[in-house]
Amino acid sequence: MAVMTYREALNVALREEMRRDPRVFVIGEEVGLYEGAYKVTQGLLKEFGPQRVVDTPIAESGFTGVGIGAAMVGLRPVVEMMTFNFAMLALDQIVNSAAKMYYMSGGQYNIPIVIRGPGGPAHQLAAQHSQSMEVYFYHVPGLKVVRPSTPMDAKGLLKSAIRDDNPVIFIESETLYAVKGEVPDDPEFIIPLGQAVVRREGTDVTVIAYMGMMYRALEAAEELAKEGISVEIVDPRTLRPMDTETIIGSVRKTHRAVVVEAGAGFAGMGSEISASITECAFDDLDAPIERVTGENAPMPYARNLERAKTPSKEKIVDAVRRVCHAQGS
Amino acid sequence: MAQKKQALNIDADLARRLLGEMMLIRRFEEKAAEAYALGKIGGFLHLYIGEEAVGVGATSVLRPDDYAISAYRDHGHCLAKGADPRRAMAELFGRRDGLCKGKGGSMHLFDKTVNFLGGHAIVGAHLPLAAGVAFAIKYQGGDQVIVCYFGDGAVHQGEFHEAMNLSALWKLPVIWICENNRYAMGTSVERALAQPEIWRFGLTYGLPSERVDGMDVLAVREVVSRAVERARREKVPSLIEADTYRFRGHSMRDPAGAIYRTKEEVEREKQRDPIVLFRDRVLEAELLAEADVRALEKDVNDRIDDAVTFADASPEPPVEWLLTDVYKEDAEGV
Repeated sequence: MAVMTYREALNVALREEMRRDPRVFVIGEEVGLYEGAYKVTQGLLKEFGPQRVVDTPIAESGFTGVGIGAAMVGLRPVVEMMTFNFAMLALDQIVNSAAKMYYMSGGQYNIPIVIRGPGGPAHQLAAQHSQSMEVYFYHVPGLKVVRPSTPMDAKGLLKSAIRDDNPVIFIESETLYAVKGEVPDDPEFIIPLGQAVVRREGTDVTVIAYMGMMYRALEAAEELAKEGISVEIVDPRTLRPMDTETIIGSVRKTHRAVVVEAGAGFAGMGSEISASITECAFDDLDAPIERVTGENAPMPYARNLERAKTPSKEKIVDAVRRVCHAQGS
Repeated sequence: MAQKKQALNIDADLARRLLGEMMLIRRFEEKAAEAYALGKIGGFLHLYIGEEAVGVGATSVLRPDDYAISAYRDHGHCLAKGADPRRAMAELFGRRDGLCKGKGGSMHLFDKTVNFLGGHAIVGAHLPLAAGVAFAIKYQGGDQVIVCYFGDGAVHQGEFHEAMNLSALWKLPVIWICENNRYAMGTSVERALAQPEIWRFGLTYGLPSERVDGMDVLAVREVVSRAVERARREKVPSLIEADTYRFRGHSMRDPAGAIYRTKEEVEREKQRDPIVLFRDRVLEAELLAEADVRALEKDVNDRIDDAVTFADASPEPPVEWLLTDVYKEDAEGV
C-alpha cells in the first residue's frame, strides 16, 4: 500500500496499463506537452512519447471519433475530456457510434474505449463547467458508467475500464483530485466494474451516495451517530451496470433508504435507485425512500448560491432523521 | 481498334470485373427496391443507383486488407468491398443470416471478413471514425489505407472539417471520397454550401484534392489509385470529389426525387449512366463482345435471384438475440 492522491492514482493506473499493453494510448486536449489540464497525465508524454500520448486540437467530436475508429481495428484508447461537460460535443459519437457499434454490427465490432475526465460540482466553475454528466450516459445501453470516489477506486476501476471490451464512461471530480488515500502497489490490483462497496456499516438506514456526496454522507453519519442513528453507506462506484444486489441487501437489513446525488433530481440517478429499491424491496421498507438531490437549476457562480445548489450535510442529516422517525409496521 | 483498346488501358479481365461489379450492385438494388415494395424490407432504403462507378472504381485499386467505411447509402460500397450479396440481402430483409444478424439493416451493413467498417447513418459522424482507423494503421506500423465515402451533405457538418484537419495534421492514410450527387436529401449543394466546389475544402487543410467524373469508372480508378499510393507510401490523405448523380430519390420514401429537381435534369443525367457508358466503351474497344456482356448479365441476375431466395429462406432472428451483442463480456484486455 502507498498513500497517494486520487490524481496520482489515476496517473499510476494509466502508466501501468500503458506499460502492460502497447495497444493502450491516451488522446485529448493538453494531455501531452501541457501534462493534462488537471495533471492526471503528468509524465506520460516523457515515458511513452507522442505516438501514445496524443495532443489534439479542440475538436471533441473529432478526436472522440478518432478513438472509436481506432478501437474498431484493435487499439484501446483512453480519451480525456478536459472536463466532462465538453463531452456534450462528442455525445453523438459516444451514443451513436461507440455504444451501438457492437450491436449494429451483429457482434462484429466492439469498442474498447475509455472516455474519462472530471465532472460534477467543483469550485465556482459556474453553469457550463459544473454539471453532473453521468445522467447523459447511464441511460444508454452499450455504455458502462463509472464514478470512483476514492484513490483506491480510481486506480482499480480505471484499470478495469481500460481492460474492458466495451465503451466505459469514467467521470472523475475536480474536488477529489487532491484527496489522499491508500492504494495497492500491485499492478494487477483491479476492482471489477459493477461492484458497489459498503463504505460504513450501520443498522438503521442505508444511504446510497457516490463521489463528493459520499464524503458528505460520511460526515452526516458521524453526526447522526451521536443521536444514536446508525447509518450504513453504500457507494455504487459503477452506475451502469448497477450493483443493485448490494444496495438491496443493505436495505433489507436497515429497512430504510436515503439516496443522495449532486445532480439535479429530476429523472436523476436517485430516481433510478429509488425505483429499483421499490421494485425489489418494497415489503422490507419501514419508511418511504427519501431522495436528497441537487436543486433543479443550472449551477450558479456566486459562492452562497453554489453551496445552496448541491446537497449539504444538513440536508442529508434531516432526510435520515425523517426516514428514521417515520414509523413503519 | 487496337488503338482504342490501348486508350482504355485495361485488359478484358479487369473490364469484365468492373462492369460485372457495377451491374451486380445495380441489380441488387433493383431487386431490393422490389422487395421493399412487397414489404419484405422496412425502414429506409437509400439506393446507390447511378453512383456505382465511384464505389467500384475506388475499391478496384484497394487491397483486401485495406478498409472502407461509408454512410447510410452503403450497399454499393459493401458489395464492392466483397461482401456476399446473399448475406447483404438477408440483412436488408432483417433475417438471421444477414451480415449483422438482422440487427443493422440497410443503413448499417458491416462485414469484418472484408474490412467493411459500416454503414453509419448520422451524417458526417463516420469521418472521424475513418480518421481513427487510419490513426490505428499508422500506430500499428501497417501500410493499409482506408477509403471513406460520404455525400455532399456531410460537408455541411462540422465533423467533415474536424476530420479533414486531423487527417492532414497527423498525416493519416485515408482517402476521403465525397460522392457529390448534388442533393443532401432535397437540399442542393448550392442551397447549402457557401463555397460549393467541395474539392476546394481539401486545399484549405493542405490536402491533395481533386474533382473527378464520378460516372467514369476508369477515371475514378485512376484518381483513387494515385491517392491510395500517396496514402500507402507517404501517409498523405487526399480529398476526391466525385461528380455523380442518384437516379432514384433520396430513399424509397422519395421514389422519384421529383420535388426538388426537374424531370429534364434527371433525364439528362441518366444519359451519363456509368454502366451504359462503360459497357459501350468496352464493346467499342472490343475488350468484351456483346455475348460477354450478355453472359455477365445472366450471371449477375442469377446471383441476385439467388440472394433474394437466400434472404427469403433465412429465418427471422430468434427473440433471444434482442439482448445479445449489447456488451462484449469475454474481455480481451484482461
